[in-house]
Amino acid sequence: MNFLEALPIALLGALLGLDVVSFPQAMISRPIVASTAAGSFIGNPPAGLLIGVVLEMIALDTLPFGASRYPEWGSAGVVGGAIFASQPESMPGALPAALLAALLTASISGWSMVVLRRMIASRLERTRDRLEDGSRNALVSLHLTGMTLDLLRGLLVTLVAMVIFAPLVKAIVAVWGTESAASNAVVVVIAAVVAGGALWKVFHSVHRVLWFFFAGIAVWALWAIK
Amino acid sequence: MGDQVTAPNTPFRLPVRTRIAMGVRLLALQGSWNYETLNGTGVGFAMEPALRLLPGGVKGEQYRAALARESRYFNAHPYLASVAVGALTRAELDGVDPTRIERFRTALAGPLGSVGDRLVWASWLPFCSLVAIGVFGAGGSPLLVVGTFLLLYNAGHILLRAWGLRIGLARGLNVASALGTPVLRQGPLYIGCAAALVAGFALPLALERIVGPGRVILGGIVATAVVGIFLLGRLRERAEGWRIALGVLAVFVLYSVLT
Repeated sequence: MNFLEALPIALLGALLGLDVVSFPQAMISRPIVASTAAGSFIGNPPAGLLIGVVLEMIALDTLPFGASRYPEWGSAGVVGGAIFASQPESMPGALPAALLAALLTASISGWSMVVLRRMIASRLERTRDRLEDGSRNALVSLHLTGMTLDLLRGLLVTLVAMVIFAPLVKAIVAVWGTESAASNAVVVVIAAVVAGGALWKVFHSVHRVLWFFFAGIAVWALWAIK
Repeated sequence: MGDQVTAPNTPFRLPVRTRIAMGVRLLALQGSWNYETLNGTGVGFAMEPALRLLPGGVKGEQYRAALARESRYFNAHPYLASVAVGALTRAELDGVDPTRIERFRTALAGPLGSVGDRLVWASWLPFCSLVAIGVFGAGGSPLLVVGTFLLLYNAGHILLRAWGLRIGLARGLNVASALGTPVLRQGPLYIGCAAALVAGFALPLALERIVGPGRVILGGIVATAVVGIFLLGRLRERAEGWRIALGVLAVFVLYSVLT
C-alpha cells in the first residue's frame, strides 16, 4: 500500500482518533465502530465488524479512567479493520496478523497522545500570562490548536501504521503455517480471556454479579439448544 | 447582579443561542487536555459564550477575570463536567464572590470525576459494548451492530451532558445535592448487574460466530478461556490484559510464520 492509497484510510483514522479525547467523545472511536467503518471503506464491512468485535473485547480492559495512560483505539481500529478487510477471504493468518498490527498501533498511538498532551502543556506555558489576563483569543487559540494537533496525530499514526503494517501483514499471511480453525481459536481465546478478566476487574464488587453472569450463560445455553 | 447566594431551582434564563454554543463546546471540552491544567481550559472554553453576558461584555474587566479564573486547573469526568460548567456559569453571572467560586470549583472536581468514572467508563460503556457484541453474536449486520451501539451509548451520553448543564444552571452553587440522585448513586450497580447478564449471553454467542460451527472447538475455547480468566484475575493490577494479549499474539504470529 503506497502513500496515496493509505491517505483516505488515514483521514478516517484522524477523524476517529479525534473522538477518543478531543471531540465529541461519542465513542465512534470504539473499535467495533472504527473497524467496521474502515472495512466499509475497503468494501468489506463484515470483515471490519469481525475484527472490530475482537478488538472491542480486548479494549474492555483499558477504559479511559481519569488521567491514566491507555492505548488509543480509534486509529488502531481503523488500521486493523482496513488491513483485515483487504485480505483475501479465508486466509488463515489474516485475523491474527491484522489483530497484532492493530494492537501495536493502539500502543504507539497511546504514546502519541502523551506526546500531544505535553505539547499542549508547553504551548499553555508560553501563553500563561495572556490566559491569566483573561484573553479570549489565547484560550480559543490554545483549544483549537490542541484539537488540530490531535487530528494531525491521528492522521500521522494511521498513515504510518498503514504504510508499514499493510505489506507486512500481507507477507505474514503468505507464509502462514497454522491452519485456519486453530488460528481463529487462538485469537478468540485471547479476546475472551482479556474481556473476561476486564469485566471481572470492573464488576466484581457488584453484589451477586456472578449470579447475573450465570443467568446470562443459561440464556445462551437455551438459545444454543434451540 | 450582585454577590448573592443562588437559590436552588431558581429559574435562570440564558439566551438559546448561548445555551447551544455551550452545549456544542461541551463536546470539545477536552480539546486542550494537558498534564498542567487537565480539562480546566476546556471548562473556560465551554463557559466563554455565557461569560460574554457579564457587564462590559468581552472587553469588560469582569469577563476577563472570570475567564482567567475558570480556565485554571480542573479535573472532572468530561460528561459530568457539564454540571460544573452550568453551576460555575450561574455563579459568575450571579456575581458570587470569586473566592467562594474558587473554593466551590476545587470541591466539585473530585466528586464529578469519581461519579462519572463509575457511571460512564466503568458501567455504561462496557454495558453498551456488550450489547453490541451480543447483537453481533445473534447474527446482526454491521449496520445493526454499529447502530445499536452508537444509539444506545449516545442516548445516555447526550442525556447526561444535557442534564448536567441544565441542573448546573438551575442550582448554581447548590448543585452538590443533585449528585446524590439515585441514577448517579445506584446506576452503576444496576448497570453492572445488567452488564453481567448480557456478558453471559453475548460473549459465548460472539465467540461462536467468530469461530464458526463446531461444538468441540467452542468447548475447548470456553474451557481455556475460563482458565485464562482465572489466571488473569490472580494477577489483578500487576499486569494489563491487553499487554499480555499483545505478547501472546506476537509469539503466536512468530511461531506460525516460522513453522
